[in-house]
Amino acid sequence: MLTANRLRDGDVLYRKGSGWVPMLADAEVYPDQASADAALAAATAETLRNEIVAPYLFEVRDVNGKIVPVKEREIIRAAGPTVHPHTGKQAGQINA
Amino acid sequence: MTKLIKSGAYAQDAYAPVADDAALPDGPVLVSLARFNKDRDTLLARNTPVGIRLQSSENPETLGKDVHHFALIALEFPKFRDGRAFSWARILRTRLGFTGEIRAVGDFLYDQVNYQHRVGFDAWEVPDNFTVEMFHRALTEMTNVYQPSSDGKKTIRELRAAR
Amino acid sequence: MLNPLVKQVDPNMYRYDEFDAQFVSERVEQFAGQVARRLSGELTEDQFKPLRLMNGLYLQLHAYMLRIAVPYGTLSSRQMRKLAHITRTYDKDFGHFTTRTNLQLNWIKLVDVPAILRELADVEMHCIQTSGNCVRNVTADQFAGATDEEIEDPRPLAEIIRQWSSLHPEFVFLARKFKIAVGACEKDRAAMLYHDMAVQIVKNAEGRIGYKVMAGGGMGRTPYIAHVMREFVEREDILAYLEAVLRVYNQDSRRDNIHKQRIKILINTIGPEEMRKRVAREFDEIKRAGTLQLPQDELDRITAYFAPPKFETGLSDEMPEAGADFANWVSTNVSKHRAPGYAIATITLKTPGQVPGDATSAQMDTIADLMDQFSVGEVRVTHEQNLVLPHVRKKDLPAIYAKLKELDFAAPNAGLITDIIACPGLDYCDLANARSIPIAQSIAKKFENLSRQQNIGELKIKISGCINACGHHHAGHIGILGVDKKGVEFYQLVLGGSGAEDASIGEIMGPGFGEHEIADAVERVVNVYLAQRKDGERFLDTYRRLGMAPFKDAAYGKVAA
Repeated sequence: MLTANRLRDGDVLYRKGSGWVPMLADAEVYPDQASADAALAAATAETLRNEIVAPYLFEVRDVNGKIVPVKEREIIRAAGPTVHPHTGKQAGQINA
Repeated sequence: MTKLIKSGAYAQDAYAPVADDAALPDGPVLVSLARFNKDRDTLLARNTPVGIRLQSSENPETLGKDVHHFALIALEFPKFRDGRAFSWARILRTRLGFTGEIRAVGDFLYDQVNYQHRVGFDAWEVPDNFTVEMFHRALTEMTNVYQPSSDGKKTIRELRAAR
Repeated sequence: MLNPLVKQVDPNMYRYDEFDAQFVSERVEQFAGQVARRLSGELTEDQFKPLRLMNGLYLQLHAYMLRIAVPYGTLSSRQMRKLAHITRTYDKDFGHFTTRTNLQLNWIKLVDVPAILRELADVEMHCIQTSGNCVRNVTADQFAGATDEEIEDPRPLAEIIRQWSSLHPEFVFLARKFKIAVGACEKDRAAMLYHDMAVQIVKNAEGRIGYKVMAGGGMGRTPYIAHVMREFVEREDILAYLEAVLRVYNQDSRRDNIHKQRIKILINTIGPEEMRKRVAREFDEIKRAGTLQLPQDELDRITAYFAPPKFETGLSDEMPEAGADFANWVSTNVSKHRAPGYAIATITLKTPGQVPGDATSAQMDTIADLMDQFSVGEVRVTHEQNLVLPHVRKKDLPAIYAKLKELDFAAPNAGLITDIIACPGLDYCDLANARSIPIAQSIAKKFENLSRQQNIGELKIKISGCINACGHHHAGHIGILGVDKKGVEFYQLVLGGSGAEDASIGEIMGPGFGEHEIADAVERVVNVYLAQRKDGERFLDTYRRLGMAPFKDAAYGKVAA
């Protein structure tokens, strides 16, 4: 999957189609390296339009039908800090 | 494409950059340290100004007394993060007493121009979209300074004492 | 928020004159311009990044993080209230006090930063050079001005260094960050020996006060203890000397490998003797040029800002009686003050179960009230993520303690095993490999029992979530380093480090422990100490006597329980 931060407020975003969504669960999974690389290239070109910064790809896997990141870091990034469960996306705090 | 800003205005660059293996044209030339070391006598025997372009790893002290033979010393910023040239300019103006043109070349930011000016740069090779207005704005964003530098600007401590 | 029942007190500390105020406000407008150019696309992220870092703005795991400078850890109540307001208004209502005595806010929006900086400027605060490859916040002993152990208050010199290093044109694009600490005692509460450069105020054989300068300490991937550069620098020469060190570093440091670009690497590569020679050469010239000489009247002028408060006389020097809980708190959290009838009170932000070093805006406001009511409007932030009320009357301690209990900041654990330092770690930080806060919480909970803590005594646990060592794990009596082993968080134990005047670098024990094993491993290590200690030995002393072997055996379960 592809993630980035929104330039103006730093919010974590995930690529869906040619746009961005706030929640990992709604985002697009790229089935192979080629499509993932193409998505990253398109997003990198978009950074020149100053909407997002620091796009990068990360791996996910299917766990009982749910898409879950492989790395702990991405799990935390998608949900919010584990030590402040009342903050972040896990608490429904999503900037417009 | 680049332009030269000197004395606060666009200027013609009189110096022809010469590759290490190219023949020397007539007129003022800008050569690398390696080229200067190779052809020092030839270069100094000519009756035209010689400029030298130093890489960020090249300490101007290695020029020794030759430093006074140059009308121009161009200090390279290979990447704007590499801030060694700030010290090279400072050393040129202080320890080495260099009074010729110190030119900033390479990759540097608008936001570095003021610092460069303070430490002793007096010419800038800038991209085409870098205007003279921007240059003057860069020098005026911060009115006062806390520490002395090559520009001789009065420090805040001196301004306080003069109150 | 101003409490109408509490009169705001202005402590004696540096106050901006019109030049300082103009400097900060112009810097804010400069950054506002840079933000606008970034948002419009005129600046790329690559170009904007060093600029925003030099204004303390990071892009972290969830959002932007803003690091607000607290010079030499000193805050007034007015400033604390402003920090509470900013935390409440622009963030999610809590902030984190860091190991460099700054305040970090974790949920900042880029578009809000100019407004935040303007608000900070209103109370003489800023975020200048709290990140980036430049001279960072200058830190000092948190007991400065209050302890009788110091030769003089180190903060005037710290303020002078702060001004000299602010937007220093030659040194804003160094090879890496540069951290300076100032101390004035033999006891090192500022971790001087782990800094890129440190200045210790000393007296020479003739009784003249001057400065011992050390350089080349550091944490990170490769920790080092600083070397002495010069035993005695005359007062008037200090800025010239510091400039000489910075210049040698800027010229001679590597620029080809980001992991080898701190001054500690340079000094280790060329050797301290060669470093001293190069610095001496620059220093002689800079001194002769004369423009950086520090006149005594300037030193006196700055020192006057930090004049001690008018201490009451005739106060009883007896510690009040106020119950067993209060007595426990006094035994760890109250330190000797130079004035009779006074004390120094440490507020540990380390109640077991809490996030170490965090405070909500409401807690900050209440602390501001405490500052006004009991501590001449002043508080200090420590590099151990705690706060200090530097000038309190002993007779006020019970009232202070009662208020701290309401705040849940009354844990009697300063310097004890639950007074843990932890970096934000993988919960917040883009650089982290593992979470550190939950580990701190689990260890603190495990050792929560007060008698047990008191029995163990002084034991400094420091936790870093990655090799950058912002949790200072190399200097922990027990240090813990979070690592990523095939996507799973593991925790390595590092024993025997110290950030005090007996500085030492901790030794790595061996393979890491899992998230649910590490607290037990720590317990086994502590039990070795308890079983083997001799009279008066702290954990650190027993470790230094016995070495790693018995602790390692116990940790990995090689010995029968």
